[in-house]
Amino acid sequence: MKKTLVLLFLSVLFLGAKAQSDLPNVTLKNLDGETVNITELNNDGKPFVMTFWATWCGPCVKEHNALSEVYEDWQEETGVKIFAVTIDDSRSTPRIKPFVEGKGWEFDVLLDVNKDLARAMNVSNPPHTFLFDGNGKMVYQHTGYFEGAEEELYQEILKLNK
Amino acid sequence: MRRFLLSLALILCATGLFAQVENAQVNGSFQVDGQYYQVDEAIGITQENIKGNKFGINGFGKINYSLGNFTAGIRYEAYLPPMSGFDTRLQGVGLANYYASYDNGTISVTLGDIYDQFGNGFIFRTYEEWSLGFDNSLRGMRVIYRPTAGVTLKAVYGKQRFYWASYAATESRGLVRGIDGEWDLNQSFKAMNDSKFRASVGGSFVSKYQKNTNSTYNIPENVGAFDGRVNLGYGRFAFTTEYAYKINDPSAFNNYTYHEGQALLSSLSYSQKGFGAILQVKRVDNMSFKSDYKGVKNDLDINFIPPINYTHTHSLPAIYTYATQPLGEMAMQLQVNYTIPKKTILGGKYGTKITLDFSQVNDIKRNYILEEGQEAPTHISGYDGTLGYTSPFFAVGDRKFFHDFNIEIERRLSKKWKLIAQYINLYYDMETIENHPGAEVVKANIGFVDLSYRITSKQSIRFELQHLWDNINKSNTDESATVGHEDVYKKRGNWAAALVEYSVGAKWFVSLGDKYNYGNPIADNRDHYYTASVGYIHESTRIVLTGGRQSEGMVCVGGVCRVVPASSGVSLSITTSF
Repeated sequence: MKKTLVLLFLSVLFLGAKAQSDLPNVTLKNLDGETVNITELNNDGKPFVMTFWATWCGPCVKEHNALSEVYEDWQEETGVKIFAVTIDDSRSTPRIKPFVEGKGWEFDVLLDVNKDLARAMNVSNPPHTFLFDGNGKMVYQHTGYFEGAEEELYQEILKLNK
Repeated sequence: MRRFLLSLALILCATGLFAQVENAQVNGSFQVDGQYYQVDEAIGITQENIKGNKFGINGFGKINYSLGNFTAGIRYEAYLPPMSGFDTRLQGVGLANYYASYDNGTISVTLGDIYDQFGNGFIFRTYEEWSLGFDNSLRGMRVIYRPTAGVTLKAVYGKQRFYWASYAATESRGLVRGIDGEWDLNQSFKAMNDSKFRASVGGSFVSKYQKNTNSTYNIPENVGAFDGRVNLGYGRFAFTTEYAYKINDPSAFNNYTYHEGQALLSSLSYSQKGFGAILQVKRVDNMSFKSDYKGVKNDLDINFIPPINYTHTHSLPAIYTYATQPLGEMAMQLQVNYTIPKKTILGGKYGTKITLDFSQVNDIKRNYILEEGQEAPTHISGYDGTLGYTSPFFAVGDRKFFHDFNIEIERRLSKKWKLIAQYINLYYDMETIENHPGAEVVKANIGFVDLSYRITSKQSIRFELQHLWDNINKSNTDESATVGHEDVYKKRGNWAAALVEYSVGAKWFVSLGDKYNYGNPIADNRDHYYTASVGYIHESTRIVLTGGRQSEGMVCVGGVCRVVPASSGVSLSITTSF
């Protein structure tokens, strides 16, 4: 009985369904405590990046420091916007704003305290970076960070702007 | 279980078959970690704890499905057998998690396994940490109602996951029920939408019900806990505070004392571009809250008391990681983040980032309630069957559990070179934190340097050097003094560590590292922990092969951070999503 139900469940799941592309229906808070529905994220028809990070994740902080150095140039050249989603739990929530401001980051920061968005987007280990086109379709993703890896992301953004 | 599956399948069939299926979306992920062991008694991998199993495999596969306002998902888990370092009760395979949810923006209903938290989690938080084998999800129902902008009301009801224990069993754990409300004034009132002044308030009530099967004590079958919180902001300042109260809740964890529980956390912060500072204070008194009064360690925690110290991810400072003491602590933290602007004398061409952090945790003050002629109790919570102790709310106990002072500097030296350096001073009460009676306090200094170099636009190399100076070392502690207390000297003494990591195109990486406990007072413990890893990353797929010895703790290799158990041998980790 149980097995049949699981099989039924799986077959319905895959019937005509397509791979992940749009933004999941998850509600998060921003640094001012306002609620933001992820399905409404956009950049006025221009591409946007969504990064998953945590204050305790060294490679994540390095990645965001590197992105912060080039963000102004990227924005001027492509109009891209970066949403930096932190998966820090409640031990760090009040620290996020002074941390982000103190580092001088100018990204739109969202707090995924309960990891709802991380779960919906299958983020296992941070950093995990997604690139969306102007219509909110996910076109590129990457996990991990090495010195200089932001260049590869930029090449993908440039492809969208052609 | 069957009833839930049935309803889930029915809902799916109905929506799946009769709605426009072509709009549906499916995504999922998959991870498997496998390990081939060698017995290595020096790091705690004995024939006994691997039980003759040469292999350990932890794996999961999950699928999410969404169609308009409707989402559902399942997670299948397999531990065949669980890897060393994970609880052996995980052994087995099965559908560990499933849910179906409808959310139209105003109302959201979820059936199945729920992850959620109220406020900071003082009285309710269910979450899952795959890399630690931790999952306290609530199987049952959740309703969220958002009647108007800025107002969120929540109710949860269910029973927590306990490894693979049946949800039908009534003895092993009780029911958990909770309600929570949050009101953001700025989103509610048009006049306040763009105000410099920000305010929100929240409150919750959680109760657990468990039948008392204990013949010695009269254990309350319904235990209630209350929580209230306020967040205020004005311009660059923010103030948040949260307080929780729990009625008497005698349990194995608090030695069956009838003391009430309390927790308070307040923070004040200031932030402007390039500068951020925060001060936090916390008091915790008898706040372990479990859905089974017989539970020990992390079993069946309903709540989460956040630690407020710096989370170190480099391997040497991570040897001495503080863990919240739910029975009682007074804690504070001060953190300052500052960016010295670029093109200044101190900041250099690219600017320099500085982080200063200080945290300290003491015990609370306890005046034990004793009868005539009774001696001080051996258990920190006092004598069983009594109120245990009284504790003045604002008094700091004499016993210091932990302190951490650290300063970190990050600076790009040139287009090609980048430097991170950190100094850490640690105080770590091993006796309390690791429950090792008789262990001496660790007073350590740690230095750390991380240097990266871009060889070309596609290749980079990173060097990591660390050293830990311990107050107990082979130079001042004779091996003969350790006889009978070998346990508490396992990782004592000076350590040195080095790592080199080379990556190509953010796709391939190779790393070589060693950690050496060269100053251990016991000659047999002066061990090397050498590891070699090679990894391949493509989009969301990651394959890493590691060989060597690893001590347990947080490891950040190959561009991501993970908590790993002690191991010796070869391990393979595959993660992917679609």
